[in-house]
Amino acid sequence: MGGMAAPQVAPVETPDTDEVPVSDRPWVTIVWDDPVNLMTYVTWVFQKLFGYSREKAEQLMLDVHHKGKAVVSTGARERMEHDASQLHAYGLWATVERS
Amino acid sequence: MSMFRRQGDRYVATFAVDEVRVLRKVASEVVGLLTDGFDHGDPVVGRLFPEVYPDDPTGTAEFRRYTEGDLKTAKIDQAGAILAALPDSAGGEVRLDAEAAEAWLRALNDARLAMGVRLEIKDGTDLGEELDEAVAEDPTSSRVFQLSVYAYLGYLQESLLNALID
Repeated sequence: MGGMAAPQVAPVETPDTDEVPVSDRPWVTIVWDDPVNLMTYVTWVFQKLFGYSREKAEQLMLDVHHKGKAVVSTGARERMEHDASQLHAYGLWATVERS
Repeated sequence: MSMFRRQGDRYVATFAVDEVRVLRKVASEVVGLLTDGFDHGDPVVGRLFPEVYPDDPTGTAEFRRYTEGDLKTAKIDQAGAILAALPDSAGGEVRLDAEAAEAWLRALNDARLAMGVRLEIKDGTDLGEELDEAVAEDPTSSRVFQLSVYAYLGYLQESLLNALID
């Protein structure tokens, strides 16, 4: 990632995500962009709920805003459902899926 | 227009009588929506209680079965926090501790989400332009009033958030 050009080598074969058994992949909580929630409010909610630093929370908020969605937490399904219901209590639009 | 500011460990705003009326109205409407008027087919309810698994109705129903009651209670309670803190009839001062201030933040957000759905607020909607158009069409219309209230609630929420973060 530094300033030098990366050497042109053939990419090493990396395991395709699709080859990991579905049951071994973790779950994720996703927050979707919405036209009503204030940017400062969304940042505050991420800090509050997940204990993220202001920088991290702000970056996630910007990802939601510019890319339309962002993964805000990763883990066991029950944990993600808990996170989603907390986010719903704050009015954020959150869904859960397998990563 | 009033805004919140911090005074020691309290969050304080002084509201005019019209503001008290508007806040009472929007908080009551949220409570109404979550009690008598509760209907998953209503897009506002759909926004306040999103489908957690958009492609899996069974999973969503299961999730709702064990989370929706608590979520509904929490939302009713936070709207109740607005009603409880408002002066009785005339205008006056509202003083919130940190817990009440957070309840207000969430409740103001719920009210804005509900109004945003009804007003069809989209990404990139310019509130000033919408308001100008609505006024040009009919300055006495309900849309003019609703848009002004929506803008006001956003302003109030932001001032409370800034006071909390400060």
